Amino acid sequence: MNIALIIIFGTIVLSAFVGIFAGRKVKMNLENWTVAGRKFGLIIIWLLMAGEIYTTFTFLGASGWTYSKGAPAYYILVYGALAYTLSFFILPALWKVGKRHGLHTQPDYFIKRYDSRSLGIVVALIGVFSIIPYLQLQLAGLGFIVEVASNGAIASNIAILIGFVLTCAFVYTSGLRGAAWVAIIKDVMMILAVGVVGIGVPLIYFGSFGKMFDAIIAKAPQHLIFPGSSPNMDVTWVMSTALLTGLGFYMWPHVFGSAFSAKSDKIIKRNAVIMPFYQIPILLVFLVGFTAFLVLPGLANGDLAFLELVNKTYPAWFLGFVGAAGAVTAMVPSAILVLFASTLIAKNVYQTGFNPGAREETVLRLSRLMVLVIMAFALFFAFLFPNELVPLLILGYDGVCQFFPGVVLGLFWKRVSRTGVFIGLIAGIAVVAVLILSGNDPFLGMNAGFVGLIINSLITLGISLGAKPKESLV
Amino acid sequence: MQKGTKLALMFAAIPFIMLVFALPLVNRIEPVILGFPFLLFWILAWVVLTPGVLGLAYLCEKKYNAPDKGEDE
Repeated sequence: MNIALIIIFGTIVLSAFVGIFAGRKVKMNLENWTVAGRKFGLIIIWLLMAGEIYTTFTFLGASGWTYSKGAPAYYILVYGALAYTLSFFILPALWKVGKRHGLHTQPDYFIKRYDSRSLGIVVALIGVFSIIPYLQLQLAGLGFIVEVASNGAIASNIAILIGFVLTCAFVYTSGLRGAAWVAIIKDVMMILAVGVVGIGVPLIYFGSFGKMFDAIIAKAPQHLIFPGSSPNMDVTWVMSTALLTGLGFYMWPHVFGSAFSAKSDKIIKRNAVIMPFYQIPILLVFLVGFTAFLVLPGLANGDLAFLELVNKTYPAWFLGFVGAAGAVTAMVPSAILVLFASTLIAKNVYQTGFNPGAREETVLRLSRLMVLVIMAFALFFAFLFPNELVPLLILGYDGVCQFFPGVVLGLFWKRVSRTGVFIGLIAGIAVVAVLILSGNDPFLGMNAGFVGLIINSLITLGISLGAKPKESLV
Repeated sequence: MQKGTKLALMFAAIPFIMLVFALPLVNRIEPVILGFPFLLFWILAWVVLTPGVLGLAYLCEKKYNAPDKGEDE
């Protein structure tokens, strides 16, 4: 057994124990399991939300994009800043509604605000279908990281299976609290790994950041401006994608639901102010991608750039550390994703749709059971169709973005109507699906999800203007 | 709408203007600042300035809006 393996396994097993330990003294009910009893303060909310944002996509995808596409990757840096700016206004209002009506999930909000169980069920189903590819991507990323970091000593499928068992264990026992505690370990390791590599590799190979960029300017200057080395990601694409993902970020059911776990609306507002600082490590990930572009040209898979560069530059134990950080980085978002997907099915499909009289303990028991079912489902697909993940994830992101008019107008505008939101949502999803499946993304240079969102918003506004006003929740 | 919220919204427009709508104007390599190509420097600078802008928005709301009552601790 080599040193890298010991570090990777030690870390993930320790993380799972910390996660299980987190829920030890808490009497588990639905409120404690899904929103941690609404007790989280500023620091833990910051770490939790960062835990949701910094996924394996950030680690591997952002460096991979910088490596293979160049400047279009900058949208990742931009959309976070936009999302946090919006959250400054949206999340505190949402938190108040959640507290007043005891909401746990996104469909809970739609059901309460629009007084429509069927709308809630549709929102829950769209949410679950969007989450599953996201979850698969995390599991696949975990397998990939461990396989490369252990130099092939652990096959990807075995790593996925181990990560799956450990993640299920701490979600099952501790719920959101478990994920938040593991997020602390993950954040510390991730920042160390990204800090050391991001600052280290440009200095080791070029002496300074400036000299590294000079080398790219000399070799391939177009890599540093839009559309970079991609065929169709020009400035219109970057603008529409940054806007869409910025607007859509808090519409992910798991991110939306986490907002309810804060102690107060002031905590969540202050959190929005400090969130953008968390974008700075992404710059370091970009620097790794750029350095790899010069040092390791011609990789068949750009997503390998980060790990291959670490492998080439650092000793084996540090590769193990990076692999461990990467594995925990997959486990935390997986935990949060599966937790909310399970709650959506138990609470908003089963209870809302089939058994409104179901007791809370029954819903919690079913949610916990669904953790295993959904993870198994994601695992199955990750093994069977490892290459279909990214298109599905894009479809999922474009799908959840369509919740934006219903959520935001619902918070701030009395007149918005149930019919408007319902038809707008369905139309938005239909436009996205048709554009993507017919190969028309980007459409007129714009991200397909953005086109869907415009049509969705216009329909929602149009129908609402013709409808009777309803009592506002805020 | 309260005065503090209006001011806060005006501040919040700044990241959107600088990080989205200004992009066609800053899509270039020169001038290189602190070693960074201009496009990356511009985006980075505004991402780092966003907490400052939101901090100002927070202070405006605190100063001009009527204090919230109840519910939060």
